[in-house]
Amino acid sequence: MARMKFLLDAERCIECNACVTACKNEHEVPWGINRRRVVTINDGKPGERSISMACMHCTDAPCAAVCPVSCFYTTADAVVLHDKDLCIGCGYCFYACPFGAPQYPRLGNFGSRGKMDKCTFCAGGPQADNTQAEYIQYGSNRLAEGKLPLCAEMCSTKALLAGDGQIIASIYRERVQRRGYGTGAWGWRTAYRETVAI
Amino acid sequence: MKLRILALLAALLMGAAAPAIAQTAPRAPSVAEEMEVQALLRGGSIQGRITIPDEKAATLIQPEGREWREFHNITLAWVGGIAVLGMLAILLVFRMTKGRIPIEGGPSGRTIQRFNTLERANHWMVASCFIILALSGLNLTFGRHILLPIVGPEAFTAISQWGKYAHNFLAFPFTLGLVVMLLIWLKDNIPNGRDIAWFKAGGGLIGNEHLEAGRFNGGQKMVFWITVLGGAVVAVSGYLLVFPFFFTGMEGMQLSHIIHSLLSVLMIAAMLAHIYIGSVGMDGAFDAMGTGQVDLNWAKQHHGLWVQEELAKGRAAAPPPGAKASGAD
Ligand code: HEM
Ligand code: SF4
Ligand code: SF4
Repeated sequence: MARMKFLLDAERCIECNACVTACKNEHEVPWGINRRRVVTINDGKPGERSISMACMHCTDAPCAAVCPVSCFYTTADAVVLHDKDLCIGCGYCFYACPFGAPQYPRLGNFGSRGKMDKCTFCAGGPQADNTQAEYIQYGSNRLAEGKLPLCAEMCSTKALLAGDGQIIASIYRERVQRRGYGTGAWGWRTAYRETVAI
Repeated sequence: MKLRILALLAALLMGAAAPAIAQTAPRAPSVAEEMEVQALLRGGSIQGRITIPDEKAATLIQPEGREWREFHNITLAWVGGIAVLGMLAILLVFRMTKGRIPIEGGPSGRTIQRFNTLERANHWMVASCFIILALSGLNLTFGRHILLPIVGPEAFTAISQWGKYAHNFLAFPFTLGLVVMLLIWLKDNIPNGRDIAWFKAGGGLIGNEHLEAGRFNGGQKMVFWITVLGGAVVAVSGYLLVFPFFFTGMEGMQLSHIIHSLLSVLMIAAMLAHIYIGSVGMDGAFDAMGTGQVDLNWAKQHHGLWVQEELAKGRAAAPPPGAKASGAD
């Protein structure tokens, strides 16, 4: 089984936000919720880099560790998913997540949150694969169709890579060796407790 | 662990010493790794600019989440578990060795009014809110280890969801009750020299001496201040949690949760002792908050000075029902 990962090559990201738009459209993500976003660091200064970020599907995922109703599960592909029917919208996963991935529709009393929503690595949820019920709650399940996440597939510069961790790491390693420099695998140390050895 | 920190430090120093080279040299630490290493070492987050109208999304990596996870899953569980179970164990030992504290000389049959209707109604409003807030709060900490395996995931979510609604709504009557409590009982709860003597003698619980006390003794004053001051901090931190990110950012939210939950479990332990002494732990105590009328002998035993004041005012000491006025025969 593959160990699915995301890898962002910041030397290539041009902040076009195509990944963000592709994700929104593919899963019909509601207004106000962003499963993927592009953050620009050192904006307007030397060393400016843009990084497209979503749930990294962490090893020993912090969100799953703190969830008071234990609604997370990890698939055979190491994708971190959760069951919205069990989520109570407490917001704890957002406090624990290093990447700000969990999102909440605001509904109900005071500032209270609805069921948490986050990137599924285009792998749907606990319902039967590619059913209407799964689509409404979690969006499409491309992995079940043998496809990889749409954000990475749509990326025009192939800055964003998604797939088996070893394969995307070797693609990235080859790039760094060929061009002679790299900005490192964003968030890998935090999410997977390792980096891409060049 | 030490070695890893040293390696990280070395990587950091190399990066800081040669920032320009880092851009081109293939084996030098890269910008991303370097920033991540720095953030991990400092415990600070990496911020950027974002084009969507959600300020929180501009934080790329926040390593603080790791400490919060550690707190929530380990520290809170231990502190809460020890505080609550420890207090229950102490009370059990107490009950078995000391037994129920009797009324000296037995009940007199004559009663004196201790709490009026407003005082009792407010006390029970705060108490019932507190119990539900405590149970729904503890459910978030321990429920998945204790209740979830018993009732199953669907039922546990239903319970937790209702618990969350209850926790959010009952926060308001609870806070109102605290304010009323402060207004009506503050004047009787100012600490004074008698309280020090009371504590030195081991209080009414451990000591056996006859201790003089006003309307509230040292121990009760302590319960009052734990409730009012602890409750105030729990309420403020709780409202910050109920309105997420309205008043504060990520670190503020995490800190609010830490303060809220730690203080809550300590207050729960304190209130267990309060509930014990007010019910099964002492003869005659429950009536004060039940009917509002306490036996005169109980009152003299525990609040002698207060009884003197009340008698001087000419109130109180109602004769038992059916008693005839002297000379009526
Ligand atoms: C007075 C106003 C209060 C407010 C506004 C308040 C609000 C909150 C909120 C919003 C949370 C986060 C979880 C969630 O969204 O469901 C929370 C957690 C918690 N509350 Fe309260 N609360 C209040 C009083 C209390 C009291 C009196 C207690 C205990 C006696 C208590 C015990 C707890 C505990 C233990 C947790 C954390 C559990 C965990 O994280 O594992 N709260 N509270
Ligand atoms: S990135 Fe956040 S939401 Fe995704 S697995 Fe890690 S902790 Fe969970
Ligand atoms: S918001 Fe939902 S998924 Fe996140 S920790 Fe709370 S219950 Fe679990």
